[in-house]
Amino acid sequence: MQFLRNFLDTTKPKIKNKLVHTAFDAFETFLFVPNHTAGAKGIQVRDAIDLKRMMMTVIIAMVPCLLFGMWNIGHQHALATGQNLDFLAKFWIGTIKIMPIIIVSYGVGLGIEFFVASRKGHAVNEGFLVSGMLIPLVMPPDIPLWQVALATAFAVIIAKEVFGGTGMNVLNIALTARAFLYFAYPVNIAGSKVWTYTGDLKTVDGYSGATALSIVADKSTALSESKALFTNTTGVDALTEAGKWSGSNLFSFENMFMGNIPGSIGETSTLMCLIGAAILIVTGMGSWKIIVSGFAGTYLMALLLNATAANAFMALPAHYHLVMGGLAFGIVFMATDPVSAAQTESGKWVYGLLIGAFTVLIRVFNPAYPEGIMLAILLMNVLAPLIDYFVINANKQRRLKRMPAQTAKVAA
Amino acid sequence: MAEVLEPKVKAPSEPAFSKKNIKLLTDPLDGNNPVTVQVLGICSALAVTVQLEPALYMAAGVTFVTAFSNLFISMLKDTIPSRIRIIVQLAIVSLWVILLDQLFKAYAFEVSKKLSVFVGLIITNCIVMGRLEAYAMANKPWPSFLDGIGNGLGYGVILVCVAFVRELFGSGSLFGFKVFEAVGITYQGNGLMMLPAGACIVVGILIWIQRARNGYSEEA
Repeated sequence: MQFLRNFLDTTKPKIKNKLVHTAFDAFETFLFVPNHTAGAKGIQVRDAIDLKRMMMTVIIAMVPCLLFGMWNIGHQHALATGQNLDFLAKFWIGTIKIMPIIIVSYGVGLGIEFFVASRKGHAVNEGFLVSGMLIPLVMPPDIPLWQVALATAFAVIIAKEVFGGTGMNVLNIALTARAFLYFAYPVNIAGSKVWTYTGDLKTVDGYSGATALSIVADKSTALSESKALFTNTTGVDALTEAGKWSGSNLFSFENMFMGNIPGSIGETSTLMCLIGAAILIVTGMGSWKIIVSGFAGTYLMALLLNATAANAFMALPAHYHLVMGGLAFGIVFMATDPVSAAQTESGKWVYGLLIGAFTVLIRVFNPAYPEGIMLAILLMNVLAPLIDYFVINANKQRRLKRMPAQTAKVAA
Repeated sequence: MAEVLEPKVKAPSEPAFSKKNIKLLTDPLDGNNPVTVQVLGICSALAVTVQLEPALYMAAGVTFVTAFSNLFISMLKDTIPSRIRIIVQLAIVSLWVILLDQLFKAYAFEVSKKLSVFVGLIITNCIVMGRLEAYAMANKPWPSFLDGIGNGLGYGVILVCVAFVRELFGSGSLFGFKVFEAVGITYQGNGLMMLPAGACIVVGILIWIQRARNGYSEEA
């Protein structure tokens, strides 16, 4: 390691170009702990946890989802094309599909970060490390790379740099990238064609690439249009029926929990998301309140809809909502983004509950959007400051009430 | 009361296109743009800018209505009781809007269908009302007329810029002519540009560019 240190120390003074200097500085910070020492005034005691360590912890929490996603791309590929592949072959297919997406996402995002940092004359900060990994995980495996590049550029510039860079964004960066693609190029990121990588191979008989959510939504719409009767199990039956092409019950509750179903790369496995959640909570990176209340909000809203079940989707058992689509991934990795979430402790409960509730509402009542978690989180990102405002105001009122009447008057 | 009658001094008449009057025309194009600086008329700027052609018609329409409403209000300003001035203004604006709507229906029916209610909604366009209140009620007819033209054009410039970006990237064409296909590129239209939200982002970027160029600092 010493030779690296020496190299850096001798090279640093020679660099005159601004952009190169910024890049150099960033990599030096990446390789070594910056030798910042506390000044004579101000904060004297520092924790070793800095932005770099924080971001790396979140990335480690995402690794289970990433690895599972790699395997699942291959697994879905094998199912759809009727091949018999072993574990490593599946994993390899997934690696080939996802690596370019990750490279493009990091390349474009960090490129813009470096450029902006050198123009503004400050150090590159590590804010994009997590976003750059989240973006590939919420993309379908077959997404064209130029779209990844465009969406990343859009998200970094419009959602982040415009507002002042890392820590100043109103919206979650990765979700902004996904929302951009969702509205700009819906053909490539919605529908039933994009979730499984099939290549040029012929698919098995009866194959449909539809996701669990769109299956239930379509069934529900069809039934309510023909005014046909439905029961509490109609949704589940539709899932069983739709998964038959795979030779087994593809959309069983267990499968959806484990995640070997079609979907975006990293979002399918609820189990892997829960492992990630455990890492985030134990290390203190993610707020357990948001995660718990997010799942609770989903479950409660689904129960409420069960009670009034007016169509097949509303009657879908509430626990199914927890494992379908990208709910777990969104709540664990995106709703907990400390910048765009509510900052107050009681605000976090409200924030999470509403994300869950809105997700179910969008899923069930808007046939144009089979998945609601993306829009629910973006909506609550916008409303988070309002929640904080009410929490802080309520606290002020409470404290004012506690004051003796005379002082309260003076204070007012 | 011994009122001393001041001898009426006739102000020297200024030429029709004096420096001051030219400024009335050019100011709203950039430094005091009604859309990007005063942030007025945003709704219609988002609604009619999917394609260039309707945007051009809309720009011409708003210029027409603002100019002539300004002119007539300025001529009538001394006779309008201030308590009912808004309703009088509305009556005059709606006259021009209805006239414009009929003209579009008669001579540009296709565009008129695309613009649908947004021609009628010029009545509620903040730019028109804003210019009447802020300028025509206190100035002479000719400068008011120029002010109307200037602000209409300022609105129009932004409309055309936004529509250019939206049509080019949204449907890959300009005035309906497929630009990308003409040079041999298959272009996949960007759906976001077709939505009003896309227009909002484009307007935001225009404001960004303008402020970066003109130097802008938030007022305290």
